[in-house]
Amino acid sequence: MSLWYALVDLLPFEWAEPGSMYFMKNALLAILVVSPLFALLSTMVVEHRMAFFSDALGHSAFTGIAIGALCGLADSTWCAVALSVVFALLFTLVQQRSKMASDTVIGVFSSTAIALGIFISTLGGGSFTKFNSLLIGDILSVSPGKIGLLAVILVLVVVLWVLQLNGLTLSAVHPELAESRGIRTGLLEALFNCAVAVVVTLTMTWVGLLVINSLLVLPGAAARNLAHNMRQYTLLSLLGGLVCGIGGLMVSYYVGTSTGASITLLLAVWFFVSFALRRVKR
Amino acid sequence: MRTPKHISVPQADACSGSCCLRVDNLSVTLDEERILENVSFHMHCGELIALIGPNGAGKSSLFKSILGQMPHSGEITFHTAQGARIKPRIGYVPQSPAFDKGDPVSVLDLFVCAISQWPVFLPVPQSLREQVRTCLARVNGETLIDKPVGSLSGGELQRVLLAMALEPLPNILILDEPMSGVDMEGEQQLFLLLDDIRTRYDLSILLSTHDFGTLHLMDKVLLLQKQLLKVGTPQEVMASPEFQKLFSIHIRNGGEDA
Repeated sequence: MSLWYALVDLLPFEWAEPGSMYFMKNALLAILVVSPLFALLSTMVVEHRMAFFSDALGHSAFTGIAIGALCGLADSTWCAVALSVVFALLFTLVQQRSKMASDTVIGVFSSTAIALGIFISTLGGGSFTKFNSLLIGDILSVSPGKIGLLAVILVLVVVLWVLQLNGLTLSAVHPELAESRGIRTGLLEALFNCAVAVVVTLTMTWVGLLVINSLLVLPGAAARNLAHNMRQYTLLSLLGGLVCGIGGLMVSYYVGTSTGASITLLLAVWFFVSFALRRVKR
Repeated sequence: MRTPKHISVPQADACSGSCCLRVDNLSVTLDEERILENVSFHMHCGELIALIGPNGAGKSSLFKSILGQMPHSGEITFHTAQGARIKPRIGYVPQSPAFDKGDPVSVLDLFVCAISQWPVFLPVPQSLREQVRTCLARVNGETLIDKPVGSLSGGELQRVLLAMALEPLPNILILDEPMSGVDMEGEQQLFLLLDDIRTRYDLSILLSTHDFGTLHLMDKVLLLQKQLLKVGTPQEVMASPEFQKLFSIHIRNGGEDA
């Protein structure tokens, strides 16, 4: 971390002065790790038409945290991660086994998870207020340990991308075609869903349950407006994610707003700009 | 190119000296419902065979069974012209998927995903690009290489999917409703292409269709309705009482089931 602090100290911002505002420097590093992570996942979330999936995962992660709090765990993160992974696997299974449309399956799971979470957190007349911070999120609360953990996950996702992006893309385009070429679509989807589940759960306390979905949808959706192929798609999603991520953090610092919401708004602006530029593509 | 070429075998059951896919007593049961019952037929290389039948007759289940994607009873085996039993390589052309107009996947991307291990988000090496171009040349589609798949016409998409199914060269080619979503001109092109492919690469082609106007171009027609009701030349099948009974309404209304 000291290397990072020394690097940031070179930046010409008031919060970058040596020996102060460590929370802001941590937050910047967190953004630099999380933005590419979400941007990469976003390309496949959109390609697989799973835009609502992360929303449902956020809900299940919330349930996990509520259960953890009920059991008196000091840090219920792992409880939430475990639960959302189970949820993601269960979801994949139900989706593959049933002939229901995936938005219906997501709707069923999402509402069950959030109801269970609220039920547990208010059990015995408990107040919901202590969970309010989860809804909005607070990126300034990020700890160096968690950034390290997410950096490891970023590396794992890049490895997954190098090894299996081809299969993931093909199974999004046409599952049967993918299977006829020896791709194990069910396994890949389960793996991908778990990756999304873990990332959503670990970042929820920073970004906020209410806006986390947008980080998984907007970078990919905006890139799609302009991209002609997979290289451009990935690159534009990464660029958009990073620029809006850093920009959102700056806005939230200088204006004093929620970081998650600021990033989301910038991403939304980027989406509409790319939408307007879309004509050029045709 | 692969082993010596041999022409289509005149009689349906003369298997000697020709590679052969044998489907014996194939039955499929799904959720306690019998989808296919005791389906048996042979398919030889160079043959162009149409599978017809009303919706829900089990055409897709038959394809999936041959592709090994569906649990079934009975036996599906493949023998080479030399008589050796091998696991056949099957090229599958799915029913045209409905692409989102804005889908960023290009034709090149689709190929890279399907035929190589090269991660599709990295710049594609020249040699791989050349390989894809060669594949597309087999279906006269070199110019489509950089087009987003969402912008292709029905006929173009069919040709691209066909080119993919031909790499690596399969023993059997299966096409699911290749004529749906393709205009007259595209249909003509597709047939010329299939005819060329089966002789050039010596493979057998099985396709499902609702378009009876093209049946006369086939070597053999399988009429399926849970069971194989009729197997024979297009003329034999179309003149059969089974065919008349199943499709009488359509025939009275002009002959073609759209």
